[in-house]
Amino acid sequence: METTAKRKKTAHVADPLLRMDRMPHIWCPGCGIGATVNCFASALAKCSIKREKISIVSGIGCTGRVAGYVKLDSFHTTHGRPIPFATGLALANPDLKVVVYSGDGDIMAIGGNHFIHAARRNVNMTVICVNNFIYGMTGGQVAPTTPLEARTTTTPYGCYEAPFNLPFLAESCGAVYVARWTALHIRNTTNSMVEALTKKGFSFIEVISPCPTLYGRLNKLGDGLDTLKFFRENSEIRNDADTRTIDIGFKGKIVCGTFVNKEAPTCLDRMNAQLAKVLKGRYVPWGASATTVSEG
Amino acid sequence: MKTTADPKGVLTGEHFLDGDWSCAEGALAAGCRFVAGYPITPSTETVERFWQRIPTVGGIFIQMEDEIASSIAIQGAVWAGLKAMTVTSGPGFSLMMEHIGLAAMTETPCVFVDVQRGGPSTGLPTLPGQADIMQARWGSHGDYEVIAVCPNSPQESFNLTVHAFNLSEQYRVPVMVMLDECVGHMYEKVVIPEPEDIEVFSRRWTKQPKDTYLPFEPEFDGWIPGMVKAGDGYFLHVTGLTHDERGYPQMNAECQEKCVRRLVDKIRKNAERIVRYEETSMEGADVAVVTYGITSRVAYAAMETARSHGVKVGMHRPTVIWPFPEKRIRELASQVKAFVVVEMNYGQIYYEVERLAAGKCDVHLVDHGGGTVHDPEAILECIIKAAGKR
Repeated sequence: METTAKRKKTAHVADPLLRMDRMPHIWCPGCGIGATVNCFASALAKCSIKREKISIVSGIGCTGRVAGYVKLDSFHTTHGRPIPFATGLALANPDLKVVVYSGDGDIMAIGGNHFIHAARRNVNMTVICVNNFIYGMTGGQVAPTTPLEARTTTTPYGCYEAPFNLPFLAESCGAVYVARWTALHIRNTTNSMVEALTKKGFSFIEVISPCPTLYGRLNKLGDGLDTLKFFRENSEIRNDADTRTIDIGFKGKIVCGTFVNKEAPTCLDRMNAQLAKVLKGRYVPWGASATTVSEG
Repeated sequence: MKTTADPKGVLTGEHFLDGDWSCAEGALAAGCRFVAGYPITPSTETVERFWQRIPTVGGIFIQMEDEIASSIAIQGAVWAGLKAMTVTSGPGFSLMMEHIGLAAMTETPCVFVDVQRGGPSTGLPTLPGQADIMQARWGSHGDYEVIAVCPNSPQESFNLTVHAFNLSEQYRVPVMVMLDECVGHMYEKVVIPEPEDIEVFSRRWTKQPKDTYLPFEPEFDGWIPGMVKAGDGYFLHVTGLTHDERGYPQMNAECQEKCVRRLVDKIRKNAERIVRYEETSMEGADVAVVTYGITSRVAYAAMETARSHGVKVGMHRPTVIWPFPEKRIRELASQVKAFVVVEMNYGQIYYEVERLAAGKCDVHLVDHGGGTVHDPEAILECIIKAAGKR
């Protein structure tokens, strides 16, 4: 025991990003959320954004705990509402790079309305949605991403509601960057995160993750490793695929890739342009050049 | 920290404004530079006015997709360093409740304006009510304390909105401005002072260095933690979970006691500093009319009539309604024969007064379901009965 305690800890690539005083984390063995956080740490190391200029916002759920473990300005908000919180943060200080990191239930069910409107407005933020097809934190209930026929505790005889196809939803609402990977696609996910973080406007990354404790167990899919093997055998990279064609069926093929990468003015760009056009010299521009009005 | 208003937001002069517009002017004078809102009668004029004014002052208005989004977008803006508010009426106020709890738990200074209309549910969208008073205090789940102010004129709507921002910064709590449809839509003269004559409380930024800063450790007045904003390099963590001084979640009864006890006590123990009320003719009064908002102006007419008939009646009007002026009501209970509580609901503040009177005097209620103001005759009748010769 004594020798173990004395052994010098080996630094990990994610260490500088993590709040080590909060370890161990709550995620189950075999869960993919931790892998995505590793990708996020690598992505931050690769891009030149200063760490103090990045804010991370989570909602509630397993992925919602990410904000609590990373050493950034981090906000763990209410269920479904990280996107409107992030909207306030991003608009109030346009110098910040705001990242929303949360789960499929949080962002797409209770927070679905906020997702579509933030994408429509093209608010400058990156949304990372870890999709495990199920509500993990509350014990395995059906989600708006649960594939048809899959078992959950609230669909014990199989899911019969059509799931969302997240990249299609994001693209049709106006996202300027849309990608999907699985928790097995470490390098692709990392690269996508770098691209999204350095992209101006509303960027969206879906990362499909194993949930061996609930989705895997209820559907007899084996442990986390079995799910990763499934991802390896059943995922296909098709960059620029038509997002209308990439639905995910039960035990079906998972189409991965970067589907959208375009330029569009953000809501602040449009606001500044419109108000300057109408109000001319009377308009006080809001943005990087404007002073932050923080005191009375 | 006490300072004076940023001249950029202050429209000094004499104006003819309604209560909704003067609320927007109060916010601008207080230094509010971010409003998120969603249209709802009878509050919409406030955000319309703000949106018309803010582009030439420097700031942001965003019409969000609903009131849930509005009530948390403002909190994002506060953690980015701005002063922020949202504006709504009953149904929207109901949707905002979870985020009033979040603001209380995370000690996020922000202002919620509720221009009250008749309820419950969709109720009377264009007509007045005062039935959200208890909701303002108790609407979110769990134990917490807030502050609420209650103006009875457009001038007071301006003054108390400035005050609401100041209290929210001083105590780091969500503060409610409880207007009603009548005050919101009533036009009167509003005098906006020179910026240097408007007292403004600026954010309580921490003086602690990065390596020792604890975001939820009291730093000011023994109660209030110092703030930082996103981007300052403090790597702050803020959560709605029960948390310790570091802001880290702790799921146990000890931390709950420490965390939530302070949220409650920072208001309760300072209540006597926060309460504010106006009294009229209370000297030697047999009857104290307790009333607030638009109803106080109707009750005033009834009180004057009663006094002209020789009834010794005075008025106690809280302008800060939460925390309630408990000490003063207890004092009055041993001085007067009776309280007459007049409010546009079926009894809310009435129960507070009855609790504080503790049997020392009678407590009468002149209630009204909303839709219009009280008939002064009904109030007069109750005052005479209360003064009575029983």
